[in-house]
Amino acid sequence: MSPGSGKTVALFATCINDTMKPSIPIATVTVLERLGCRVVYPPRQTCCGQIMTNTGYWKEALPTVRNYVSSFGDYDYVVGPSGSCVGSVRHQHEMLARHAGDEPLAEDAKAVASRSYELSEFLIDVLGVTDVGAYFPHRVTYHPTCHSIRVAKVGDRPLRLLRAVGGIELLDLPGAEQCCGFGGTFSIKNPDVSIAMATDKARNVTSTGAEYLVAGDQACLMNIGGVLHRDHEPVRTIHLAEILASTEENPR
Amino acid sequence: MNPVRSEVAETRSTARDEVLRRVRAAIADVPEPDAAVDVPVTWVYGRPLGTADVLADFVEKVEDYKAGVTRCQPGEVPAALVAALASFGVASVVLPAGIPLEWADAVEAAGLEIRRDDPPLTSQQLNGIDAVVTTAAVGMADSGTIALDHGAGQGRRALTLLPDVHICVIAADQVVSDVPEGIARLAPALRARRPVTWLSGGSATSDIELDRVEGVHGPRHLAVILVEG
Amino acid sequence: MSATMERRTPEPGTWLGIPEFPKAAKVGLANAQLRKNLAHATTTIRAKRVVRASEVPDWEELRTAAAQIKDRVGRHLDTYLLQAEAAMTAAGITVHWARDAADANRIVADIAKAKGVDEVVKIKSMVTQEIDLNEALEAEGIAAWETDLAELIVQLGHDLPSHILVPAIHRNRREVREIFVEEMGRYGTPAPEGISDNPPELAEAARVHLREKFLRAEMAVSGGNFIVAETGTLVIVESEGNGRMCLTLPKTLVSVVGIEKIVPTIEDLEVFLKLLPRSSTGERMNPYTSLWTGVTDGDGPQDLHVVLLDNGRSRVLSDPTGRAALRCIRCSACLNICPVYERVGGHAYGSPYPGPIGAILGPQLRGLEDARDRALPFASTLCGACNDVCPVKIPFTDILVHLRNKVVEYKTADHATGEQALMKTAAWVMSDGKHLAEAQLATRAAGGVFGKRWLGKLPIPIASRWLRARDVEAPPTQTFRQWWKKNREGEGR
Repeated sequence: MSPGSGKTVALFATCINDTMKPSIPIATVTVLERLGCRVVYPPRQTCCGQIMTNTGYWKEALPTVRNYVSSFGDYDYVVGPSGSCVGSVRHQHEMLARHAGDEPLAEDAKAVASRSYELSEFLIDVLGVTDVGAYFPHRVTYHPTCHSIRVAKVGDRPLRLLRAVGGIELLDLPGAEQCCGFGGTFSIKNPDVSIAMATDKARNVTSTGAEYLVAGDQACLMNIGGVLHRDHEPVRTIHLAEILASTEENPR
Repeated sequence: MNPVRSEVAETRSTARDEVLRRVRAAIADVPEPDAAVDVPVTWVYGRPLGTADVLADFVEKVEDYKAGVTRCQPGEVPAALVAALASFGVASVVLPAGIPLEWADAVEAAGLEIRRDDPPLTSQQLNGIDAVVTTAAVGMADSGTIALDHGAGQGRRALTLLPDVHICVIAADQVVSDVPEGIARLAPALRARRPVTWLSGGSATSDIELDRVEGVHGPRHLAVILVEG
Repeated sequence: MSATMERRTPEPGTWLGIPEFPKAAKVGLANAQLRKNLAHATTTIRAKRVVRASEVPDWEELRTAAAQIKDRVGRHLDTYLLQAEAAMTAAGITVHWARDAADANRIVADIAKAKGVDEVVKIKSMVTQEIDLNEALEAEGIAAWETDLAELIVQLGHDLPSHILVPAIHRNRREVREIFVEEMGRYGTPAPEGISDNPPELAEAARVHLREKFLRAEMAVSGGNFIVAETGTLVIVESEGNGRMCLTLPKTLVSVVGIEKIVPTIEDLEVFLKLLPRSSTGERMNPYTSLWTGVTDGDGPQDLHVVLLDNGRSRVLSDPTGRAALRCIRCSACLNICPVYERVGGHAYGSPYPGPIGAILGPQLRGLEDARDRALPFASTLCGACNDVCPVKIPFTDILVHLRNKVVEYKTADHATGEQALMKTAAWVMSDGKHLAEAQLATRAAGGVFGKRWLGKLPIPIASRWLRARDVEAPPTQTFRQWWKKNREGEGR
């Protein structure tokens, strides 16, 4: 199967995955290459900047807008394993440039944003596949992260991909649409509320009896997973890309 | 003008001028002077909902509010009225001007005390009357709403507020599918500056632990007579 | 000089002592009863709203139309205000203008004094809470009696409202009963002997207690849901019937209405009257809606006044991004969906407007001088659930991020801050992959120290807030860019 043949994809690893969870972008490369894409990794890249943007530091976020444009501007497809980061690029980069009075940058940002995809969007909308040949025989529950559904607007694409995974048993997560409480710097500025929300989310996860919690954003997985681990719960977190990368020949 | 009044007047015009000045400064970034051109509204007003059976929908939605609906022919209204009043154990009823004579006769024949609002009843007096009978202006089926424009047969607003029982007689051709058509029907009355009251079920509150309690103020019992033909 | 005058009405709670959101939130979080009540309330209303919204086939078109209508009015507010004033005046209403709370309160008090009344009955009105009208009247010896059941509970309970629609949601039935038993008798008909905490009985006690006030009151004060500019028609949407009592029985009615409550024509009401009840209480229609256009001979109050209130709305209007907050029709759908509000309750937001709308409207109405207002835009995870349920499509999260930028500009205007220094460092790190690789030397080294372990509670500044309740995996010794360099060198730019 080679729906990706002829396509060059620039990988947007995201700063959090790059630094804290390289297994996720590695898994993303695996999946894309398995489907026939040529994957490149522009090393200049850094970050979508939302931790600056969403804390109100728009001037400080501007270098990330320039960096994204210069790292990815030459590519037809930019794919990132994060609804939150891709969402921020698409929703906020043009605005940041315009706010700074840099019209040419705003136009460039708009253009590259329109070619930026979250992983599940790319697989389903561009490659046209739902079954990526994955195999993951475990009980799994899925958390639709807020920014992936409300900013990147990925809809049910991650679920459709998960349903096609061989051997998987998908369990519904109660209160799935409720926020996990991370919210970037919210977890630092309002730690009590953040912890209350993360605790409720973790409890819902445990109630499913799943072995794994899957999501499209590592930040949320770190948040919920961190609570689960502190509470000595056996549920483990895993990223969507990692499940999709797992095959019978090379199981996760 | 005496000094105090002129001071008040000056404050009034100063406040008005200041608010308008601030507003104009706030929207100085809006270049287009014509509001409709500046912001088009993509909505078609007054559209019917497309309900297959508007009357059936109206009855269902009104009954959903726990208000009983009796469907009848014009000649049956007096009897239906009397039956509705009797079902609530009513002894006294206020009839607004414009209520048909046949209805008043039937109510009187049933042994109920009839009160009239001429000269106007005091609030205390109204508070002591068991029921009120009115016609209506418009019914909106989708939301189960009855609108009064307080014209003939409907009485001034206090009449449908203080008595505990309200019997409302509405004609089938007064019932439309939904709010947009309802507003269109009511627009002439509103533009003629008539007061209008919308009733959808009886008074209710969910303020205590979200437990819905019916009948706080306002009539606790509403019965509707839908006249066809 | 006389001794301190005895109060006519219960002394209310005060917003003054409430600290900034992060601290105030702790109080709400710790209150198990509040959290239970709130969770039950918001979950219930949330579900009802979904049902009622999905019944309407053109719900999304309605939301779009509502946003457009409100934007049209906002962007031409001077024109619409003048049109509304002219129409109301022609209909026999005396129109007043108030720059701020002081103006508005003085106007209402002056009317009461001119009429010789020492008490008024009130319909629930957010704007009168915003300007603290009741206390202004109390200071003039005029008693303002709340007649909405929840507002009555709040007033008798010496309390503060915690929700726009159900202000006493933080009280359970036992507490309501105690409040009624303790206080009702001081201000009118007492609660009946041996009253239980059964809601219907409590509502009946309120009905009796308030009816006496309705029947004798000569002046009422209301807010207003909408003013129709074309005709000068006022609209009030309610459930209990206390509104109709106040709007119909007294001789004088004063309506205090924010200048943003204008809609252009009668026809525009169809859009809002479809959206509001379904979005707020999750019903197809609220029990009573009153529409009146000036004075009607022999029917209702013969002396009508409307006070058009600014009180910061023009400031909100002046911000092209923030002005969308003025579309708000006070339905409270945003409160009911907000996971933060659900856990902390309304008081934590420090003003009569809590939740998402409070976080974007408050700092804009009042400005950023108060630290509590500077904290409000951060009282959100930016989850965006509110954006989806708002009937007038207010872009909450965009406005929140915009306000956060304004707060940062305010705080860093005169001097740098520690947080800014951190962000500037982050900006440098994230400006180029080489810088990030350099910064990652630290995390990779830490990974070398901790090994493949999870880190628990460590006394690291700032990070300790994260680690208080969560473990975190030790950072890896090899980053992704390292892996790529090692395994795929040459396949980049």
